[in-house]
Amino acid sequence: MTTQLFGQPVERREDPRLLRGEGRYVDDLGRSAAAAAFVRSPHAHARVLDVDVTGALNVDGLLAVYTFEDLPERVAQPLPLLIPHPALTHPRTQYALARDEINHVGEAVVMVVATDRYRAEDAAERVAVTYEPLAPVVGLEQSEAARTLVHADVPGNRGAHMVQQVGDAPAAIAAAPHRLDFRLDIERSASTPLEGRGVYARWDAQDDSLRVYSSTQTPTGVRAAIAAILELADAKVEVIAPDVGGGFGVKIMHPWPEEILVPWAARTLGREVKWTEDRREHFVAANHERAQEQHVSVGFDDEGRILGLDVTFLHDHGAYTPYGIIVPIITSTQLPGPYRLPAYRVEFSSLYTNTVAVTPYRGAGRPQGVFAMERTVDRIAAHLGLDRTEVRARNFVLPDEMPYDLGLIFQDGRPAIYDSGDFPESLRMLKELIDWDGFTAVRAAAAAEGRRLGIGLGCYVEGTGVGPYEGGHVHVETNGRVMVSTGLSTQGQGHETVFAQIVATELGVPMADVHVTTGDTRRFGYAVGTFASRAAVMSGNAIALAARSVRAKAVKVAADALEANPDDMEIVDGVVRVKGSPADAIPLRQVAVLSNPLRYSFSEEAKAATQFAAPADPDEPPIPRGEAPGLESRDYYSPIRSTFANGMHAVIVEVDPDTAEVKVLRYAVVHDCGNLINPRIVEGQIHGGVAQGVAGALYERMAYDEHGQLLNASFMDFLMPYATEVPRIETAHLQTPSPLNPLGIKGAGEAGVIPGAAAIAAAIEDAEGYPIMRMPLSPDDLFRLRREHAEEAAS
Amino acid sequence: MKPPPFTYHAPATLAETLEVLAELGEDAKVLAGGQSLIPLLNMRLAAPAHLVDVNGVSELDVVDVGPDEVRVGAIARHARIERDDGAAAACPLLRQALRLVAHAVIRNRGTTCGSLAHADPAGEMTAVLAVLGGTVRLASAAAGRVTRRDLTAGKFFVAPLESSLRPGELLESAGFPRTPASTGTAFAEVARRHGDYALCGIAALVDLDAGGEIASARVGTISVTPTPLVVDLTDVLAGVPPARADLAAAREKVMAHVDPEADLHASAAYRRHLAGVLTERAVRQAAARSAHAPAERGAA
Ligand SMILES: Cc1cc2nc3c(=O)[nH]c(=O)nc-3n(C[C@H](O)[C@H](O)[C@H](O)COP(=O)(O)OP(=O)(O)OC[C@H]3O[C@@H](n4cnc5c(N)ncnc54)[C@H](O)[C@@H]3O)c2cc1C
Repeated sequence: MTTQLFGQPVERREDPRLLRGEGRYVDDLGRSAAAAAFVRSPHAHARVLDVDVTGALNVDGLLAVYTFEDLPERVAQPLPLLIPHPALTHPRTQYALARDEINHVGEAVVMVVATDRYRAEDAAERVAVTYEPLAPVVGLEQSEAARTLVHADVPGNRGAHMVQQVGDAPAAIAAAPHRLDFRLDIERSASTPLEGRGVYARWDAQDDSLRVYSSTQTPTGVRAAIAAILELADAKVEVIAPDVGGGFGVKIMHPWPEEILVPWAARTLGREVKWTEDRREHFVAANHERAQEQHVSVGFDDEGRILGLDVTFLHDHGAYTPYGIIVPIITSTQLPGPYRLPAYRVEFSSLYTNTVAVTPYRGAGRPQGVFAMERTVDRIAAHLGLDRTEVRARNFVLPDEMPYDLGLIFQDGRPAIYDSGDFPESLRMLKELIDWDGFTAVRAAAAAEGRRLGIGLGCYVEGTGVGPYEGGHVHVETNGRVMVSTGLSTQGQGHETVFAQIVATELGVPMADVHVTTGDTRRFGYAVGTFASRAAVMSGNAIALAARSVRAKAVKVAADALEANPDDMEIVDGVVRVKGSPADAIPLRQVAVLSNPLRYSFSEEAKAATQFAAPADPDEPPIPRGEAPGLESRDYYSPIRSTFANGMHAVIVEVDPDTAEVKVLRYAVVHDCGNLINPRIVEGQIHGGVAQGVAGALYERMAYDEHGQLLNASFMDFLMPYATEVPRIETAHLQTPSPLNPLGIKGAGEAGVIPGAAAIAAAIEDAEGYPIMRMPLSPDDLFRLRREHAEEAAS
Repeated sequence: MKPPPFTYHAPATLAETLEVLAELGEDAKVLAGGQSLIPLLNMRLAAPAHLVDVNGVSELDVVDVGPDEVRVGAIARHARIERDDGAAAACPLLRQALRLVAHAVIRNRGTTCGSLAHADPAGEMTAVLAVLGGTVRLASAAAGRVTRRDLTAGKFFVAPLESSLRPGELLESAGFPRTPASTGTAFAEVARRHGDYALCGIAALVDLDAGGEIASARVGTISVTPTPLVVDLTDVLAGVPPARADLAAAREKVMAHVDPEADLHASAAYRRHLAGVLTERAVRQAAARSAHAPAERGAA
């Protein structure tokens, strides 16, 4: 059996369990826990005048009703601002329960705890809240006009304003032979994982300790927040992310009000309390993303080379800014994509509206930036009558320019410097995969049958693997099991598989012996979290480093036992042996025994490590100074800066000339995330991402009306595509290893979603023959655009 | 999303069901497949004090293909009717339409009678009942005596989500008349996603005479009228073979008769436009399926 598993398309070891329904999600735990339910505001903007809970008091099984007044001092503070930034001059975060003002439909006002969720909802229904409705601010236009304010003390509804620039873009544009100015719009969407949020808390009064299960992307972040707000020692708070049914960014947000309130109620009531978010709550109380209005000016020469790009955009961050301005910062800094921009200026205003807060959703501001950039390149091509791939090629940053410094500050507070990539080669591969040059014939053949086809593409660069760090722990037990843990949590990515592949390869053990645990503060207490396509880069490298030290220690212990030279040793299939002399061998499990000098034996094997078992140097301590017992190691990986992955997508669509329906016929992806740990898993990540890209282009939007009511707060009306709407995806990989980390890898988690809207807009534009300037696009939108263009053509 | 409290009844026979319904009157709701009712309960948009679950009443689990009609009982699932070859042969529109009702898993639970009782003007089966000229049989009991009345679609559907079912009444079965071989049928619709309620749907019935000329034609609509509408197109289409039929006139006529409303997913103008496009498509397809249709020529 080979142990060279790095790079192999190993099957996901978590799937049999998850597919058989043997997953263990928060709601599967704590069957007898009391249940929490929330009274949420039906108004987008209102003052809370009175809360009358008397109606709820006679509901059978009611345990408690809490309003803001009931919260102790620390819990009654606004929730933390997770990522402060100097440009975020007016940050605002919510209270765990509304204090006096409501800022979006769905904001929690009252918490009810009852013996089960049915009764909790019965009681919640009977709580009477009196509101004084205030004029709501909905949409960027209203917010910018600022005739009404979301927060009375935030002038102009402007939370943040930021400008970044390289060179003098306005001057470059003014001097350029050609100039284009246009506006683009992207609507709101959201992560919408199948499992909503969920928190289950157990307070142990005897031990004065708390265990919390949360459906989170950052158990260590949740623990830090709970310990701080409930004033507990870190060591007395355990946070565990069990199986998590999808996150896509929304669960990196923490602490949610419920993540504080549920543990607090568990301690206050002295009993287990659980809250499982339902779908309706998720739509109005968990965060959204996207939503930008972009104004682009670009100057370019006769060959289509960009001379200056100036983008001003408005970003709708909703009612609060708990996650700072990470999303618009990413839009600003990732907008240039694979292109050399001699002069670039980007300015944004991040505005308050009376809607759910905006925090990262897979892609995190990049789909918007890529939409702006790729639409710009397509406009240039159309203006000059050039092939769209040719204009791209003329503007690419070239491989010999790496590392390429954009001159911008990225979301990790460090310079955005592309470390690797070969954009011309990626484009060549993409054109070949989709047969770009053969499309004219395909289009003509379809047209002969009365069918209307179009082709488009989208390119992006994605900063992945942001710091500050992650850690890994590798422990070879005396039974031969290799226990691996890392602090960040898993939401379906396949970490159990890829981390095991890394350890099996580094350590030379069969994969079956490797057991991976993620997202459990009992096992690993220092971590940042799963976001920004960082888990493989960060934890993968940390685990590899830990495995390497375990290997070194194993070789040393074995060499001592075999009286061999450590440099001559190898580990194969879990056995440490002298190269070329397989008889001189000792299994790792035995090495694990020997690495821990024992006074007391506990098994047949363990006898070997006891004091009378073997001769030892009487003048040396059993454990040399600077070493530790046990065949284990803990290591950390902390990069100097992010590593930049990239990719290019091409899509062929068919638009129905009569019904205006859009069908994706082909979807091709060329992807470069450096060395592939597991191509099958990378492809799975791409597939999921593309599904969300198609969603953002053709189906999903948050339909707020002028009152701030979310009209489509259910899966009946929020159109997440089914498997039937997601095209078959053709993939090719280019591997340009990152020079920044030991494994040479770059992140892959978000990639698939990023250029979806841009590429699909380009393909529809190509089929229809007029510009597509906003996404998503429904058949009804296309029907309307056709009418407008037909009227324009007629007049 | 948990339902408010209710009392649950699970009668075992039709007689018992009608008795319970008579006794509870307005306070009761029939629970069939639950695919529409359970979401309403969970979202607390409906709060009946009593649920009468008819899933255990085996007499209602029938698909009866008779000489004149296909009769389906109150708990015959969409899926069962869809797969019934006899029903499909007698009345092809049933299978054609049922394939467009939601997804397989929902059709495995949801019932066709439930769909009719629910009276959602976006439900395919409402238009099928209307365009075929079928009837629903409503049963009730008073003082131990069972009363039944048969209503046409026109009489049964009153408004969106409103039918002439009275408190205490059960929709016992629905009857769909057999389609003669000379008549072709088709169901065309546009939905945002596969299996979603349609933005617009058209069920068409086209009868050809022995010479292959259109003898009569009519369509039924979903999602563009408050209750399913039947538009007779015989006047604009009859007397010529389908290939020479004035489909543009058919299209205009249907578009003039529908009265769509705008919602989140589609404007009224777009729905009206679809009613025209889909009329053309459905009529063409239906005509091609008549036993008297000329053999297909050229591109399919
Ligand atoms: C995701 C989803 C998508 C769907 N898409 C479609 C679609 O595209 N097209 C479509 O037509 N439908 C669709 N449906 C609805 C589905 O067809 C339902 O099955 C149908 O509307 C109701 O049938 P049911 O047996 O589930 O009725 P239930 O949900 O049990 O009942 C619905 C209503 O009818 C009443 N009722 C039911 N049976 C009787 C009876 N025998 N006598 C008196 N009253 C009765 C109930 O009291 C209740 O008010 C969809 C449902 C879902 C969940």
